[in-house]
Amino acid sequence: MKPAVFSYQSPRTLDEVFGELAEHGSDARVLAGGQSLIRLMNARTETPGVLVDINRIPGLDEVTVEDGVVRIGALVRQRTSEVSPVIREHTPVFSEAGAEVAHVSVRERGTVVGSIAFADPCAELPTALVALDGEIVARSTRGERVIPAEQMFLGPYRTALAEDEMAVEARLPALPTGRTGSAFLEITRRHGELPVCGVASILRLDDDGQITEARISVGAVGDRPQRARAAESALLGRTTDPEVWREAGELAAREIEPRPTVHGSSAYRRHLASVVTRRSLSRAAARALEGAHHV
Amino acid sequence: MSDKQRITVTVNDQEHDLLVEPRTLALDLLRDELRLTGTHAGCEQGVCGACTILVDGKITRACLMFAVQLDGCSVETVESLGSPDGTMHPIQRAFSENHGLQCGFCTPGMLMVTQELLRREPRPDAETARAAIAGNHCRCTGYQHIVASVCAAGRAMSEAEHQHVDRQDVEHQGARA
Repeated sequence: MKPAVFSYQSPRTLDEVFGELAEHGSDARVLAGGQSLIRLMNARTETPGVLVDINRIPGLDEVTVEDGVVRIGALVRQRTSEVSPVIREHTPVFSEAGAEVAHVSVRERGTVVGSIAFADPCAELPTALVALDGEIVARSTRGERVIPAEQMFLGPYRTALAEDEMAVEARLPALPTGRTGSAFLEITRRHGELPVCGVASILRLDDDGQITEARISVGAVGDRPQRARAAESALLGRTTDPEVWREAGELAAREIEPRPTVHGSSAYRRHLASVVTRRSLSRAAARALEGAHHV
Repeated sequence: MSDKQRITVTVNDQEHDLLVEPRTLALDLLRDELRLTGTHAGCEQGVCGACTILVDGKITRACLMFAVQLDGCSVETVESLGSPDGTMHPIQRAFSENHGLQCGFCTPGMLMVTQELLRREPRPDAETARAAIAGNHCRCTGYQHIVASVCAAGRAMSEAEHQHVDRQDVEHQGARA
Protein backbone atom coordinates (compact mmCIF):
# COMPACT_ATOMS: atom_id res chain seq x y z
CA MET A 1 0.00 0.00 0.00
CA LYS A 2 1.45 3.34 -0.98
CA PRO A 3 0.04 6.76 -0.22
CA ALA A 4 0.47 9.38 -2.93
CA VAL A 5 3.69 11.39 -2.91
CA PHE A 6 3.87 14.20 -0.38
CA SER A 7 6.46 16.54 1.03
CA TYR A 8 7.28 15.59 4.62
CA GLN A 9 7.97 18.28 7.21
CA SER A 10 8.94 17.51 10.78
CA PRO A 11 9.26 20.87 12.51
CA ARG A 12 10.50 21.32 16.08
CA THR A 13 8.30 24.32 16.94
CA LEU A 14 4.63 25.20 16.60
CA ASP A 15 5.47 28.43 14.82
CA GLU A 16 6.99 26.40 12.00
CA VAL A 17 3.76 24.36 11.81
CA PHE A 18 1.66 27.53 11.56
CA GLY A 19 4.01 28.79 8.86
CA GLU A 20 3.56 25.61 6.80
CA LEU A 21 -0.22 25.74 7.21
CA ALA A 22 -0.33 29.43 6.28
CA GLU A 23 1.75 28.76 3.16
CA HIS A 24 0.07 25.57 1.93
CA GLY A 25 -3.52 25.91 3.19
CA SER A 26 -5.76 22.99 2.32
CA ASP A 27 -2.88 21.16 0.61
CA ALA A 28 -1.25 20.63 4.02
CA ARG A 29 -2.37 18.23 6.73
CA VAL A 30 -1.14 17.97 10.31
CA LEU A 31 0.06 14.49 11.25
CA ALA A 32 -0.30 13.63 14.94
CA GLY A 33 -1.19 9.99 15.71
CA GLY A 34 -2.15 9.31 12.12
CA GLN A 35 -4.59 6.55 13.01
CA SER A 36 -7.27 8.09 10.80
CA LEU A 37 -5.18 10.18 8.41
CA ILE A 38 -2.70 7.48 7.37
CA ARG A 39 -5.55 5.03 6.83
CA LEU A 40 -7.16 7.51 4.44
CA MET A 41 -3.82 8.24 2.80
CA ASN A 42 -3.27 4.51 2.28
CA ALA A 43 -6.59 4.39 0.45
CA ARG A 44 -5.69 7.66 -1.33
CA THR A 45 -8.90 9.20 -0.07
CA GLU A 46 -6.57 11.85 1.36
CA THR A 47 -3.69 13.05 -0.79
CA PRO A 48 -2.10 16.03 0.98
CA GLY A 49 0.81 17.62 -0.82
CA VAL A 50 2.47 18.56 2.46
CA LEU A 51 2.40 16.50 5.63
CA VAL A 52 3.37 18.40 8.77
CA ASP A 53 4.41 15.87 11.41
CA ILE A 54 4.08 17.41 14.89
CA ASN A 55 5.43 14.38 16.76
CA ARG A 56 8.88 15.92 17.32
CA ILE A 57 7.58 19.11 18.91
CA PRO A 58 8.28 19.18 22.65
CA GLY A 59 5.71 20.21 25.26
CA LEU A 60 2.54 19.09 23.49
CA ASP A 61 2.11 15.81 25.35
CA GLU A 62 1.01 17.13 28.72
CA VAL A 63 -2.21 16.83 30.70
CA THR A 64 -2.54 19.65 33.22
CA VAL A 65 -5.24 21.19 35.39
CA GLU A 66 -5.54 24.93 35.79
CA ASP A 67 -8.41 26.75 37.52
CA GLY A 68 -10.64 23.72 37.33
CA VAL A 69 -9.99 23.13 33.64
CA VAL A 70 -8.22 20.03 32.33
CA ARG A 71 -5.90 20.88 29.44
CA ILE A 72 -4.93 18.18 26.99
CA GLY A 73 -2.07 18.95 24.60
CA ALA A 74 -2.10 18.08 20.92
CA LEU A 75 0.22 15.09 21.35
CA VAL A 76 -1.49 13.46 24.32
CA ARG A 77 -2.25 9.92 23.16
CA GLN A 78 -5.72 8.50 23.62
CA ARG A 79 -4.26 5.73 25.78
CA THR A 80 -2.54 8.28 28.04
CA SER A 81 -5.78 10.23 28.39
CA GLU A 82 -7.81 7.10 29.08
CA VAL A 83 -5.63 6.03 32.02
CA SER A 84 -4.75 9.55 33.28
CA PRO A 85 -5.68 9.87 36.99
CA VAL A 86 -6.17 13.62 36.48
CA ILE A 87 -8.71 13.17 33.69
CA ARG A 88 -10.42 10.34 35.58
CA GLU A 89 -10.77 12.52 38.66
CA HIS A 90 -12.04 15.70 37.00
CA THR A 91 -13.82 14.52 33.86
CA PRO A 92 -14.48 10.78 34.27
CA VAL A 93 -16.90 10.67 31.34
CA PHE A 94 -13.97 11.53 29.07
CA SER A 95 -11.99 8.53 30.40
CA GLU A 96 -15.00 6.28 30.00
CA ALA A 97 -15.55 7.40 26.40
CA GLY A 98 -11.82 7.10 25.72
CA ALA A 99 -11.76 3.44 26.71
CA GLU A 100 -14.22 2.72 23.89
CA VAL A 101 -12.07 4.19 21.12
CA ALA A 102 -10.92 1.44 18.73
CA HIS A 103 -8.29 -0.86 20.28
CA VAL A 104 -5.30 -0.33 22.54
CA SER A 105 -2.79 -0.42 19.68
CA VAL A 106 -4.67 2.43 17.98
CA ARG A 107 -5.07 4.38 21.23
CA GLU A 108 -1.34 4.09 21.97
CA ARG A 109 -0.66 6.32 18.94
CA GLY A 110 -3.90 8.13 18.21
CA THR A 111 -4.26 11.51 19.93
CA VAL A 112 -7.22 13.08 21.72
CA VAL A 113 -6.98 16.37 19.88
CA GLY A 114 -6.46 14.55 16.58
CA SER A 115 -9.69 12.62 17.02
CA ILE A 116 -11.53 15.85 17.77
CA ALA A 117 -10.02 17.68 14.77
CA PHE A 118 -10.81 14.73 12.51
CA ALA A 119 -14.50 15.07 13.54
CA ASP A 120 -15.80 11.66 12.65
CA PRO A 121 -19.51 12.04 13.52
CA CYS A 122 -19.44 8.67 15.30
CA ALA A 123 -16.27 9.17 17.34
CA GLU A 124 -16.49 8.89 21.11
CA LEU A 125 -14.23 11.75 22.23
CA PRO A 126 -16.09 14.53 20.35
CA THR A 127 -19.35 13.29 21.90
CA ALA A 128 -17.83 13.47 25.39
CA LEU A 129 -16.27 16.88 24.64
CA VAL A 130 -19.69 18.29 23.73
CA ALA A 131 -21.27 16.92 26.93
CA LEU A 132 -18.49 18.47 29.01
CA ASP A 133 -18.87 21.91 27.38
CA GLY A 134 -15.23 21.58 26.39
CA GLU A 135 -13.25 23.90 24.17
CA ILE A 136 -10.64 23.64 21.46
CA VAL A 137 -7.75 26.05 21.29
CA ALA A 138 -6.95 26.88 17.67
CA ARG A 139 -3.77 28.69 16.69
CA SER A 140 -2.29 30.05 13.51
CA THR A 141 0.08 32.80 12.41
CA ARG A 142 -2.93 35.09 12.89
CA GLY A 143 -3.15 34.32 16.60
CA GLU A 144 -5.18 32.17 18.94
CA ARG A 145 -8.88 31.64 19.46
CA VAL A 146 -10.96 29.33 21.61
CA ILE A 147 -13.76 27.35 19.95
CA PRO A 148 -16.58 25.97 22.15
CA ALA A 149 -17.21 22.28 21.50
CA GLU A 150 -20.69 22.82 20.13
CA GLN A 151 -19.36 25.25 17.54
CA MET A 152 -16.41 23.05 16.64
CA PHE A 153 -18.30 20.33 14.77
CA LEU A 154 -20.04 21.46 11.57
CA GLY A 155 -20.77 18.10 10.00
CA PRO A 156 -19.06 14.84 9.11
CA TYR A 157 -15.28 15.47 9.14
CA ARG A 158 -15.93 19.22 9.07
CA THR A 159 -14.86 21.54 11.87
CA ALA A 160 -14.68 25.26 12.56
CA LEU A 161 -10.89 25.13 12.14
CA ALA A 162 -9.68 27.31 9.29
CA GLU A 163 -7.22 25.89 6.76
CA ASP A 164 -4.30 27.66 8.40
CA GLU A 165 -5.26 26.76 11.96
CA MET A 166 -4.10 23.90 14.12
CA ALA A 167 -5.94 22.55 17.17
CA VAL A 168 -3.24 22.80 19.83
CA GLU A 169 -5.20 21.91 22.96
CA ALA A 170 -8.50 20.53 24.23
CA ARG A 171 -9.93 22.05 27.41
CA LEU A 172 -12.37 20.21 29.64
CA PRO A 173 -14.03 22.04 32.54
CA ALA A 174 -13.97 19.75 35.58
CA LEU A 175 -17.31 18.33 36.66
CA PRO A 176 -18.73 19.78 39.87
CA THR A 177 -17.91 17.75 42.96
CA GLY A 178 -20.62 16.37 45.21
CA ARG A 179 -23.67 14.63 43.85
CA THR A 180 -22.62 14.59 40.21
CA GLY A 181 -22.59 11.54 38.02
CA SER A 182 -21.69 10.96 34.40
CA ALA A 183 -21.73 8.07 31.97
CA PHE A 184 -20.74 7.26 28.42
CA LEU A 185 -22.53 4.40 26.73
CA GLU A 186 -22.42 3.19 23.16
CA ILE A 187 -23.73 0.51 20.84
CA THR A 188 -21.25 -0.89 18.34
CA ARG A 189 -21.74 -3.60 15.77
CA ARG A 190 -18.49 -5.26 16.80
CA HIS A 191 -16.10 -4.64 19.67
CA GLY A 192 -13.75 -1.75 18.96
CA GLU A 193 -15.68 -0.34 16.04
CA LEU A 194 -17.18 3.11 15.80
CA PRO A 195 -20.55 3.24 17.53
CA VAL A 196 -23.91 3.26 15.76
CA CYS A 197 -25.01 5.39 18.70
CA GLY A 198 -23.06 6.86 21.62
CA VAL A 199 -24.38 9.02 24.44
CA ALA A 200 -22.50 10.98 27.09
CA SER A 201 -24.58 12.30 29.95
CA ILE A 202 -23.94 14.30 33.09
CA LEU A 203 -26.38 14.73 35.99
CA ARG A 204 -26.14 16.82 39.13
CA LEU A 205 -28.49 16.35 42.06
CA ASP A 206 -29.31 18.49 45.07
CA ASP A 207 -29.61 17.16 48.62
CA ASP A 208 -33.24 16.18 48.03
CA GLY A 209 -32.30 14.11 45.00
CA GLN A 210 -33.74 16.60 42.50
CA ILE A 211 -31.92 17.14 39.24
CA THR A 212 -30.30 20.59 39.15
CA GLU A 213 -28.21 20.11 36.04
CA ALA A 214 -28.47 17.75 33.08
CA ARG A 215 -26.29 17.47 30.00
CA ILE A 216 -26.84 14.97 27.22
CA SER A 217 -24.66 14.65 24.14
CA VAL A 218 -25.80 12.27 21.43
CA GLY A 219 -23.16 11.08 18.98
CA ALA A 220 -23.03 8.85 15.89
CA VAL A 221 -26.69 9.13 14.93
CA GLY A 222 -26.56 12.63 13.46
CA ASP A 223 -23.96 14.32 11.30
CA ARG A 224 -22.11 15.49 14.45
CA PRO A 225 -22.40 15.12 18.22
CA GLN A 226 -25.28 17.24 19.47
CA ARG A 227 -26.79 18.25 22.78
CA ALA A 228 -30.36 17.14 23.44
CA ARG A 229 -31.51 20.46 24.87
CA ALA A 230 -35.24 19.69 25.21
CA ALA A 231 -34.47 16.49 27.10
CA GLU A 232 -32.00 18.34 29.32
CA SER A 233 -34.58 21.03 30.22
CA ALA A 234 -37.26 18.43 30.87
CA LEU A 235 -35.02 16.75 33.43
CA LEU A 236 -34.54 19.82 35.64
CA GLY A 237 -36.39 19.58 38.94
CA ARG A 238 -37.27 15.92 38.41
CA THR A 239 -36.16 13.08 40.66
CA THR A 240 -34.17 10.03 39.67
CA ASP A 241 -36.71 7.59 38.34
CA PRO A 242 -36.74 5.08 35.46
CA GLU A 243 -39.82 6.76 33.97
CA VAL A 244 -37.94 10.08 33.88
CA TRP A 245 -35.06 8.50 31.95
CA ARG A 246 -37.51 6.94 29.50
CA GLU A 247 -39.18 10.29 28.83
CA ALA A 248 -35.82 12.02 28.39
CA GLY A 249 -34.70 9.30 25.99
CA GLU A 250 -37.77 9.80 23.84
CA LEU A 251 -37.33 13.58 23.84
CA ALA A 252 -33.66 13.23 22.87
CA ALA A 253 -34.56 10.88 20.02
CA ARG A 254 -37.00 13.45 18.64
CA GLU A 255 -34.41 16.24 18.71
CA ILE A 256 -31.88 14.55 16.48
CA GLU A 257 -31.84 14.00 12.74
CA PRO A 258 -30.51 10.48 12.27
CA ARG A 259 -28.61 9.68 9.10
CA PRO A 260 -29.56 6.44 7.43
CA THR A 261 -26.45 4.36 6.73
CA VAL A 262 -25.65 0.73 5.99
CA HIS A 263 -25.38 0.27 9.74
CA GLY A 264 -28.94 1.30 10.44
CA SER A 265 -31.98 3.12 9.08
CA SER A 266 -33.04 6.50 10.45
CA ALA A 267 -35.82 4.86 12.45
CA TYR A 268 -33.44 2.32 13.96
CA ARG A 269 -30.95 5.00 14.92
CA ARG A 270 -33.67 7.14 16.45
CA HIS A 271 -34.76 4.14 18.50
CA LEU A 272 -31.16 3.54 19.59
CA ALA A 273 -30.76 7.19 20.61
CA SER A 274 -33.78 6.85 22.87
CA VAL A 275 -32.60 3.60 24.47
CA VAL A 276 -28.93 4.57 24.87
CA THR A 277 -29.87 7.99 26.32
CA ARG A 278 -32.16 6.29 28.85
CA ARG A 279 -29.47 3.84 29.93
CA SER A 280 -26.76 6.48 30.02
CA LEU A 281 -28.89 8.73 32.27
CA SER A 282 -29.76 5.85 34.53
CA ARG A 283 -26.09 5.01 34.99
CA ALA A 284 -25.10 8.66 35.52
CA ALA A 285 -27.85 9.00 38.16
CA ALA A 286 -26.71 5.89 40.01
CA ARG A 287 -23.21 7.36 40.14
CA ALA A 288 -24.50 10.76 41.28
CA LEU A 289 -26.39 9.07 44.09
CA GLU A 290 -23.19 7.39 45.19
CA GLY A 291 -21.99 10.93 45.78
CA ALA A 292 -18.76 10.88 43.84
CA HIS A 293 -17.69 10.54 40.26
CA HIS A 294 -17.05 7.06 39.10
CA VAL A 295 -16.00 5.60 35.84
CA MET B 1 9.21 11.92 -6.28
CA SER B 2 9.83 13.65 -3.00
CA ASP B 3 13.21 13.66 -1.34
CA LYS B 4 14.34 10.68 0.63
CA GLN B 5 15.07 11.16 4.29
CA ARG B 6 17.85 9.63 6.32
CA ILE B 7 16.77 7.73 9.43
CA THR B 8 18.46 5.64 12.07
CA VAL B 9 16.32 2.91 13.50
CA THR B 10 17.06 -0.06 15.73
CA VAL B 11 15.19 -3.18 14.67
CA ASN B 12 15.47 -6.26 16.88
CA ASP B 13 18.63 -4.87 18.50
CA GLN B 14 20.27 -4.18 15.14
CA GLU B 15 20.87 -0.57 14.14
CA HIS B 16 20.09 0.48 10.57
CA ASP B 17 21.00 3.66 8.80
CA LEU B 18 18.49 4.04 5.98
CA LEU B 19 17.24 6.37 3.28
CA VAL B 20 13.46 6.27 3.05
CA GLU B 21 10.87 7.90 0.91
CA PRO B 22 8.43 9.74 3.25
CA ARG B 23 5.41 7.85 1.93
CA THR B 24 6.92 4.46 2.77
CA LEU B 25 4.95 2.85 5.59
CA ALA B 26 6.80 1.34 8.54
CA LEU B 27 5.27 -1.95 7.44
CA ASP B 28 6.77 -1.74 3.95
CA LEU B 29 10.17 -0.69 5.29
CA LEU B 30 10.29 -3.81 7.43
CA ARG B 31 9.03 -6.16 4.74
CA ASP B 32 10.52 -4.74 1.55
CA GLU B 33 13.73 -3.02 2.64
CA LEU B 34 14.78 -5.05 5.67
CA ARG B 35 13.23 -8.28 4.34
CA LEU B 36 11.62 -8.96 7.72
CA THR B 37 8.51 -10.52 6.22
CA GLY B 38 7.27 -11.93 9.52
CA THR B 39 5.26 -8.75 9.99
CA HIS B 40 2.24 -9.42 7.82
CA ALA B 41 0.41 -6.93 5.61
CA GLY B 42 -3.28 -7.62 6.16
CA CYS B 43 -5.92 -4.94 5.77
CA GLU B 44 -3.44 -2.03 5.62
CA GLN B 45 -6.04 0.20 7.21
CA GLY B 46 -5.48 -0.43 10.91
CA VAL B 47 -8.24 -2.93 11.47
CA CYS B 48 -6.82 -6.46 11.45
CA GLY B 49 -3.72 -6.24 13.67
CA ALA B 50 -1.60 -8.64 11.55
CA CYS B 51 1.13 -5.99 11.20
CA THR B 52 1.43 -5.30 14.94
CA ILE B 53 4.97 -4.44 16.03
CA LEU B 54 6.42 -2.86 19.15
CA VAL B 55 7.79 0.67 18.79
CA ASP B 56 9.71 1.72 21.91
CA GLY B 57 7.85 -1.07 23.67
CA LYS B 58 4.36 0.07 22.64
CA ILE B 59 2.08 -2.00 20.44
CA THR B 60 1.77 -0.25 17.12
CA ARG B 61 0.14 -0.96 13.77
CA ALA B 62 2.97 -0.83 11.26
CA CYS B 63 0.50 0.08 8.49
CA LEU B 64 -0.51 3.31 10.27
CA MET B 65 2.94 4.79 10.73
CA PHE B 66 5.44 6.13 8.24
CA ALA B 67 8.94 4.67 8.20
CA VAL B 68 10.39 8.16 8.50
CA GLN B 69 8.67 8.47 11.88
CA LEU B 70 10.73 5.57 13.21
CA ASP B 71 13.87 7.74 13.25
CA GLY B 72 15.56 7.19 16.62
CA CYS B 73 13.09 4.48 17.65
CA SER B 74 13.61 0.92 18.75
CA VAL B 75 11.42 -1.59 16.93
CA GLU B 76 10.66 -5.19 17.80
CA THR B 77 9.14 -7.51 15.22
CA VAL B 78 8.11 -11.14 15.42
CA GLU B 79 11.62 -12.06 14.24
CA SER B 80 12.88 -10.95 17.68
CA LEU B 81 11.15 -13.92 19.29
CA GLY B 82 12.62 -17.11 17.85
CA SER B 83 16.25 -18.07 17.27
CA PRO B 84 17.75 -18.63 13.82
CA ASP B 85 18.47 -22.26 14.80
CA GLY B 86 14.72 -22.86 15.06
CA THR B 87 14.42 -22.75 18.82
CA MET B 88 11.06 -21.28 19.68
CA HIS B 89 10.41 -18.48 22.14
CA PRO B 90 8.17 -19.63 25.04
CA ILE B 91 5.30 -17.59 23.55
CA GLN B 92 5.70 -19.35 20.21
CA ARG B 93 5.93 -22.73 21.96
CA ALA B 94 2.72 -21.99 23.89
CA PHE B 95 0.90 -21.14 20.64
CA SER B 96 2.24 -24.30 19.03
CA GLU B 97 1.31 -26.56 21.94
CA ASN B 98 -2.14 -25.03 22.44
CA HIS B 99 -3.22 -24.90 18.79
CA GLY B 100 -3.13 -21.10 18.91
CA LEU B 101 -2.85 -20.91 15.13
CA GLN B 102 -4.18 -22.56 12.03
CA CYS B 103 -3.28 -20.69 8.83
CA GLY B 104 -0.81 -18.51 10.73
CA PHE B 105 -1.54 -15.22 9.00
CA CYS B 106 -2.61 -13.36 12.14
CA THR B 107 0.00 -15.09 14.32
CA PRO B 108 2.84 -12.52 14.15
CA GLY B 109 0.45 -9.84 15.42
CA MET B 110 -0.93 -12.14 18.10
CA LEU B 111 2.59 -13.01 19.28
CA MET B 112 3.69 -9.37 19.51
CA VAL B 113 0.54 -8.39 21.41
CA THR B 114 1.24 -11.27 23.80
CA GLN B 115 4.85 -10.19 24.21
CA GLU B 116 3.74 -6.68 25.23
CA LEU B 117 1.00 -8.00 27.51
CA LEU B 118 3.26 -10.42 29.39
CA ARG B 119 5.78 -7.66 30.10
CA ARG B 120 3.21 -5.70 32.10
CA GLU B 121 0.97 -8.58 33.17
CA PRO B 122 3.07 -11.76 33.55
CA ARG B 123 0.18 -14.08 34.48
CA PRO B 124 -2.92 -12.90 32.60
CA ASP B 125 -6.26 -14.60 33.12
CA ALA B 126 -8.48 -15.46 30.15
CA GLU B 127 -10.39 -12.19 30.35
CA THR B 128 -7.20 -10.10 30.31
CA ALA B 129 -5.86 -12.16 27.41
CA ARG B 130 -9.10 -11.68 25.51
CA ALA B 131 -8.97 -7.91 26.03
CA ALA B 132 -5.35 -7.80 24.86
CA ILE B 133 -6.01 -9.60 21.57
CA ALA B 134 -9.30 -7.76 20.95
CA GLY B 135 -7.70 -5.63 18.23
CA ASN B 136 -6.36 -8.61 16.29
CA HIS B 137 -8.49 -10.57 13.88
CA CYS B 138 -8.22 -14.33 13.44
CA ARG B 139 -10.51 -15.98 10.91
CA CYS B 140 -9.50 -19.59 11.69
CA THR B 141 -9.32 -20.45 15.35
CA GLY B 142 -12.39 -18.88 16.88
CA TYR B 143 -9.95 -17.33 19.40
CA GLN B 144 -10.44 -19.92 22.16
CA HIS B 145 -7.09 -21.57 21.53
CA ILE B 146 -5.36 -18.22 21.17
CA VAL B 147 -6.63 -17.15 24.59
CA ALA B 148 -5.44 -20.47 26.00
CA SER B 149 -2.04 -19.96 24.33
CA VAL B 150 -1.59 -16.47 25.79
CA CYS B 151 -2.40 -17.75 29.29
CA ALA B 152 -0.16 -20.78 28.84
CA ALA B 153 2.73 -18.56 27.68
CA GLY B 154 2.31 -16.47 30.83
CA ARG B 155 2.38 -19.55 33.03
CA ALA B 156 5.39 -21.06 31.26
CA MET B 157 7.41 -17.85 31.37
CA SER B 158 6.56 -17.13 35.02
CA GLU B 159 7.52 -20.66 36.04
CA ALA B 160 10.76 -20.46 34.08
CA GLU B 161 11.48 -17.19 35.84
CA HIS B 162 10.87 -18.75 39.25
CA GLN B 163 13.05 -21.74 38.47
CA HIS B 164 15.77 -19.34 37.37
CA VAL B 165 15.46 -17.41 40.64
CA ASP B 166 15.47 -20.70 42.62
CA ARG B 167 18.61 -21.79 40.84
CA GLN B 168 20.25 -18.47 41.60
CA ASP B 169 19.29 -18.89 45.25
CA VAL B 170 20.84 -22.35 45.33
CA GLU B 171 24.01 -21.11 43.64
CA HIS B 172 24.11 -18.13 45.97
CA GLN B 173 23.74 -20.34 49.02
CA GLY B 174 26.30 -22.76 47.59
CA ALA B 175 28.77 -19.92 47.18
CA ARG B 176 28.23 -18.87 50.78
CA ALA B 177 28.64 -22.38 52.15
